[in-house]
Amino acid sequence: MTMQNVGRPTRPQAATQSGHTSLTGARGLLQDEALIFELGGWDKTGVDLAPGDHDASDLGDLVRAAPIGLPGLSEPEAVRHYVRLSQKNHAIDLALYPLGSCTMKHNPRLNEKMARLAGFADLHPLAPQSTVQGALALMDRLAHWLKTLTGMPAVALSPKAGAHGELCGLLAIRAAHEANGQGHRRTVLVPTSAHGTNPATAAFVGYSVVEIAQTDDGRVDITDLAAKLSPDVAAIMVTNPNTCGLFERDVIEIGRLTHEAGAYFYCDGANFNAIVGRVRPGDLGVDAMHINLHKTFSTPHGGGGPGAGPVVLSAALAPFAPAPWVVAGEGGFKLVEETTDEAAQGFGRMSAFHGQMGMFVRAYAYMLSHGSDGLRQVAEDAVLNANYIKAKLSPVMTPAFPDGPCMHEALFDDTWLEGTDITTLDFAKAMIDEGFHPMTMYFPLVVHGAMLIEPTETESKLELDRFCDALTALAQAAKGGDVERFKGAPYLAPLRRLDETQAARKPRLTWRPDDKGVSPAPLAAE
Amino acid sequence: MRYLPLTPADRAEMLATIGVGTIDDLFSDVPEAARRRDLFDLPLHAGELEVERELSGLAAMNRPAGAGPFFCGAGAYRHHVPATVDHIIQRSEFLTSYTPYQPEIAQGTLQVLFEFQTQVAALTGLDVANASMYDGSTACAEAVMMSQRVTRRKKAVLSGGLHPQYAATTQTIAHAEGMDIVRQPAAIDAEAAVLNAIDAETACVVVQTPNVFGVVTDVTKIAEAAHAAGALLIVVTTEAVSYGLLKSPGEMGADIAVAEGQSIGNGLNFGGPYVGLFACREKLVRQMPGRLCGETVDAEGRRGFVLTLSTREQHIRREKATSNICTNSGLCALAFTIHLSLLGERGLRELAALNHSKARELRDALAAVPGVEILTPRFFNEFAIRLKGDAAAVVEALLADGVVAGVPFSRLNPHAGMDDVLLVSATETTTSEHIQAFASALAGRTA
Amino acid sequence: MRFTKDHEWVTLEGDVATVGITAYAAEQLGDVVFVEVPEAGKAVKTGDNLAVVESVKAASDIYAPVSGEVIEGNAGLGDAPETVNDQPEKAGWFAKIKIADQAEYEALMDRAAYEDFLQSL
Repeated sequence: MTMQNVGRPTRPQAATQSGHTSLTGARGLLQDEALIFELGGWDKTGVDLAPGDHDASDLGDLVRAAPIGLPGLSEPEAVRHYVRLSQKNHAIDLALYPLGSCTMKHNPRLNEKMARLAGFADLHPLAPQSTVQGALALMDRLAHWLKTLTGMPAVALSPKAGAHGELCGLLAIRAAHEANGQGHRRTVLVPTSAHGTNPATAAFVGYSVVEIAQTDDGRVDITDLAAKLSPDVAAIMVTNPNTCGLFERDVIEIGRLTHEAGAYFYCDGANFNAIVGRVRPGDLGVDAMHINLHKTFSTPHGGGGPGAGPVVLSAALAPFAPAPWVVAGEGGFKLVEETTDEAAQGFGRMSAFHGQMGMFVRAYAYMLSHGSDGLRQVAEDAVLNANYIKAKLSPVMTPAFPDGPCMHEALFDDTWLEGTDITTLDFAKAMIDEGFHPMTMYFPLVVHGAMLIEPTETESKLELDRFCDALTALAQAAKGGDVERFKGAPYLAPLRRLDETQAARKPRLTWRPDDKGVSPAPLAAE
Repeated sequence: MRYLPLTPADRAEMLATIGVGTIDDLFSDVPEAARRRDLFDLPLHAGELEVERELSGLAAMNRPAGAGPFFCGAGAYRHHVPATVDHIIQRSEFLTSYTPYQPEIAQGTLQVLFEFQTQVAALTGLDVANASMYDGSTACAEAVMMSQRVTRRKKAVLSGGLHPQYAATTQTIAHAEGMDIVRQPAAIDAEAAVLNAIDAETACVVVQTPNVFGVVTDVTKIAEAAHAAGALLIVVTTEAVSYGLLKSPGEMGADIAVAEGQSIGNGLNFGGPYVGLFACREKLVRQMPGRLCGETVDAEGRRGFVLTLSTREQHIRREKATSNICTNSGLCALAFTIHLSLLGERGLRELAALNHSKARELRDALAAVPGVEILTPRFFNEFAIRLKGDAAAVVEALLADGVVAGVPFSRLNPHAGMDDVLLVSATETTTSEHIQAFASALAGRTA
Repeated sequence: MRFTKDHEWVTLEGDVATVGITAYAAEQLGDVVFVEVPEAGKAVKTGDNLAVVESVKAASDIYAPVSGEVIEGNAGLGDAPETVNDQPEKAGWFAKIKIADQAEYEALMDRAAYEDFLQSL
């Protein structure tokens, strides 16, 4: 068997009660909130509709007879329900959110306001094109910024997130190989440190994945790459800056070797925020790269989407871009939605309609706000903040790659926890009690007990100092033998550690009437 | 630069702490040839006022759907969204949080997802639903690929009533994964034709109801035929409000139901972001794509929620994942679930009935226009009409009358020889005045 | 009982081999939450994917330690995946394989050799 042992316990250990408990299950002002199915009424509604002629007309037995099973809430109940729930979430608006590789930066509210203008928000995707010229102009301008910032000649805007963009890039690569009589190429090379989406996407498209080794200093092993670049290789997928937070020094050589072997260079652009305004992927030999608008360009993560993942393409791949695309003509902008020309080589369509327009507006507002000078400053401050954290925490934690600067994120391993009986997971959970969201843990896989910290450029020095002081205090507590502080953590969060084993063994994915209802207060349970 | 907190003094102090002289020293790993010293040829930073001016200018060049009579549907629908919805999704704790990988401090998002899953399962009449997909079209592609994992067969039959852009998306994505996609020709009442295409190689049959022409179909017989051949039935719905009036996919024998959830809680947004709904039968759950939220308990025995069955996902299985997708459409799913909680059973049923009633009013008005043929025999809130002449040209002409008449079918599929077919839709936002304006403008143009 | 370097164990009764994962492997994986066992009739060669075992955080492939035809997958693991943790080298078996070549079995490590192998990790 291939054992992917990441060493994480997935059920809580014996609970130590966290001191004082209330009689109702509330924690101060934090309510124990029931589910809508336990709160709502089957005949209650929070929406007043104009009376209509409600005869079902000619639909006969196509009409639903049985009840659906949806509870309703009046408006005050609904507002209270969701506001109470919201208070159980951490958010970038509350404190530093140092998830490496995720780029949790400030989400400007101007972007939200702009996306809600009726001239964008209330546009139908299939409205006559003469009535949506401003929207098409915005897409065209966004494309111009993305092409200029990356030094690439084309961009496919429609992919809906980073992984969808990867798929788009690989499909363009596959289409190009097939058009060039190279359809027999079936292998994609991926470094061991890659995001999980990279091998998943390559396999999805039918490619077999071969891993490229990593050097001791955290970069692609170029000798190993050269050895594996056979005539069977369709593409390499490299993240740059990579998932260890390091710039691939040999990136130009990587691109050269790849092209020499007849393969394409896919760059995972998840970390573009570290180099925007200073380095153009087009100058590095990249053929395709997705750009996570929700990372580099500040569109909100929204608790897990929606994202947006436009893909910039080199001249070699541009003819294979999927529909739709915007063209500027004398009569204004035109959206090409269907490849009607026999000679056209576009590989198809990534989704219905034209992409995440709501995210395009936000990202474009962000670009205009920063400008060419501000975006360069974004990259510089992101890198400065990460190096500052690395410098401040290196005395108490062990950086995975101590020599030289990092880029936008600082990677530590768990060497410094040896002998403490405390794991990376325990340490991360204890951070919650100190008011911070944990960093990315156990990723990248190439570093033992990895802790990947990405502060982003929108943190002040004061907040960085607060964060480093908290982690330093925790590290000292860990080394000082205060094991309970970590093993039982978090103590002060809305919930203690959750039993993920039970959730996975006996999946309970929907509410059922036999659910136990509002969970009993700890005292009442005894 | 209002989004950047560091001052020059901060930067100098931090560089000193790091032990380097300049910021360039931190970029020393970038090859010399790739370092850009000059600013890019783009405008410099701008204040909030200037940005707002430029974007408002672009927005003003568009005609919003709400500006007057408007009848476009075909996969995106203009509904009224209660003010509460947009207020709550802008709360910091929902808007600016990440995927709930740390459940102790993400119970808000997780409980919302659990409620969302339960609502979607109820609407579709199936056992389980995931935490959402990118949109309806990608959900459709994912469902087709899931059928391959379940049946270990490669052939997918797509009905000619499936939205052409859904079919194109499915063809691109599922074909890339190695499936054979059989697209049946576009036809108003296309559903019965799939029966003849089901064989022992068929992994799934994909049928849309109401279909792209608005036709509502009882798919029970198709389900029986699919199951008899060992294939799965996937039922697609692009108008989620129709669940409030029509028999659910599960009731009619669907194994997987996918839908575009935009209609509930989400604006038109020129096509995205939207929210894909995905539900299936319990026994298929381990082959399901996307994130799932499940109920469990914490260390003190209190009910809580976690992302679960995540071994199906790319960050663990890597090249063996069920899908390469790693985002759902969290905030749009939140908008969906808030709106649906406000509606409740009664509200959704009323809303659906109101939509259906508006569409019948529209049908009656258009049927009275000479030269207009109603093509859709039974519909929910949209239907197809045949005009004398090119539908796209009629739509352009009616713009001069202030009416956005609908979606010419040729825009979705220029190869079907249906250039005279127009897809029209009415919702609760459509007024009788709009309908009269449309009918009289059309009468004026076609006379 | 014989062992592989991939932490599988094999017992042989007549020409039927029973395959599972070792106590060491079960411990390393953590709480097992799901096992995908092969269907009867599946032909496997040494090294082919035989089963998948999932913990909350990881999914691991189980390779066939011997060639032959699967005659039974352990259906009991469907409802009780925890058996793999509780009794890895007994009730937590994954599959029974009718083997083609007994020499393949003989070539595997005995317990002493496996213990030595574990020491070397």
